[in-house]
Amino acid sequence: MSSEGDLSNQLTLLLNRIPYARFLGVRAELAGDEMTAILPFGDHLIGNPTLPAIHGGVIGAFMEMTAVAQLSVAQGLARQPRTIDITIEYLRSGRPRDTYARATIKKAGRRIANVQVEAWQDTRSAPIAALHGHFLVAAQDEDVG
Amino acid sequence: MTVSLDHLRQIAVQMLEGSPHARALGIEGVSLDPSEALTKIRFQPELVGDPDTGVIAGGVVTALLDHTMGQAAMASMTVYSSIATLDLRIDYMRPAEPGHDIFCRAHCYKMTRTVAFVRAQAYDRDINDPVATAQAAFMLAANAGRPFGANLSAPRSGDGKGGDAA
Repeated sequence: MSSEGDLSNQLTLLLNRIPYARFLGVRAELAGDEMTAILPFGDHLIGNPTLPAIHGGVIGAFMEMTAVAQLSVAQGLARQPRTIDITIEYLRSGRPRDTYARATIKKAGRRIANVQVEAWQDTRSAPIAALHGHFLVAAQDEDVG
Repeated sequence: MTVSLDHLRQIAVQMLEGSPHARALGIEGVSLDPSEALTKIRFQPELVGDPDTGVIAGGVVTALLDHTMGQAAMASMTVYSSIATLDLRIDYMRPAEPGHDIFCRAHCYKMTRTVAFVRAQAYDRDINDPVATAQAAFMLAANAGRPFGANLSAPRSGDGKGGDAA
């Protein structure tokens, strides 16, 4: 098994390899097997300039990436899981500051994983959004996106 | 304030041009009809989600769907109101073809005084063979009197209730 340091390096490599993760600026920190994804604020993430608020699509994309990264960590960073479906609930507007997210794998089946993600800014107990999704973790030759 | 459809179309265009993230992604408006919006996003290498396959990231499709569905909601208004996404459900049917532009068609099929219900499809070649389909609910009057720059101040009192969805 990998040590925590190895896993952390692999996670950084994984995120650095994903062009869209670089575009958003997503990075991640590991404490044991618990991963916190970090989305540093940038002007290019704004959706509503009058409040201003981070684009809802960015928050959704960030939480989906958190789920994919957490699954990769839990499975020893094999091939990227594929998203089957996600449901995003928006709870508060995303303020122009750093956003964090953690994913919980509710069930990791042989083919399908069920994952929940919460994203927050200042206060973890006041999340700005939540995601619940299903991901294809095996049988990668199937034609599900 | 009652506004003409043309005026609402202008607002939708301004939404696109005034949204830094939509501009960063390169989302373009294709057409806008009452209650229906069509947009497209050009394939760009920096939007790839899986470097092994070159497939565009699911998150890009998420942002495109959210943005286009918001436009469809705005296009079906007869009285202008700010909006905020309440929830968004996306089914990913298949990977997008690497190198292809992605289109998104969104239809606001019901508008109440407080909520807009929208469905959408994202596709690369044929709308009948979508990359993803989505359904969303938007809250109307989302800003509810909050002034410009409201998000620049700290959340109210730090009791965990600060900052409504907007």
